[in-house]
Amino acid sequence: MAQTLTFLLMDPPYENARTTTALRLVDAAIRKGCNVNVFAYEGAVYLPFAKQQPHANAVHGSDAAQEDHPNPKDWIAALAAAAQSKGLKLDWVNCGLCVDERGAAECIPSVRRGSPADFLKFVDASANTLVIPTR
Amino acid sequence: MTKKVLSIVENGFRATLEEQDDTVIWFAHVLKGAGAEMTVLLRGNAVNYATRKQDPSGLAFGDRKQTRPPRIHEDLSSLAKKGVAVLAVHEDVGHYGLKRDDLIPEVELVPKTRVPQLIDEFDRVWWW
Repeated sequence: MAQTLTFLLMDPPYENARTTTALRLVDAAIRKGCNVNVFAYEGAVYLPFAKQQPHANAVHGSDAAQEDHPNPKDWIAALAAAAQSKGLKLDWVNCGLCVDERGAAECIPSVRRGSPADFLKFVDASANTLVIPTR
Repeated sequence: MTKKVLSIVENGFRATLEEQDDTVIWFAHVLKGAGAEMTVLLRGNAVNYATRKQDPSGLAFGDRKQTRPPRIHEDLSSLAKKGVAVLAVHEDVGHYGLKRDDLIPEVELVPKTRVPQLIDEFDRVWWW
């Protein structure tokens, strides 16, 4: 039976390297055959925000297509798809009050709204839990 | 069975005026209410959270006044009353020029040397 790991993230997108590192850890866990829970707290509820858009980059001399600028919502969707293709689950929960105060309700379909009680259930059901706080 | 959690809060006063509390202390309240077994350890500048005589009221932008300032020392007291042990690193308290009498009575001071032992006593350790 697959192990389950839980992560708690706090950082909003595009602010620091913790976001990319955290999602790489999720990717690695899925590749290793783990189910993964993510509880997005505070600014991290913006990671799966549906209205993120890529853009061109005049400094790089690239248009939007050439720049292929990442939107974390697409990374998260890809992680969910990767988990599903392996018969695993990425259960991503956005903290509801954090969503409300930030106006971040529009998120990609594979994400659900929840509360810290969901995080506690994750913790109790997981082999281990990693909290990656913001600074 | 619920795992025993040590929540170490080291990063204090991050967005506390905007949130009207400390979001990690708030999180501890909610998790306790959901059945978690928790202990909170304050270290670094977060030990200031336990100071009794704090008053961050008066925040205003133009005519808009904020009416509910954070009262984190009260949040810690009420957390302790719910059965969550609230600890603070003694050396960090001194580093910030605080004395025992400056702090809420519910906080227990522990020496820095105790922290590694504490970490060993819990199933999960979250460092914020």
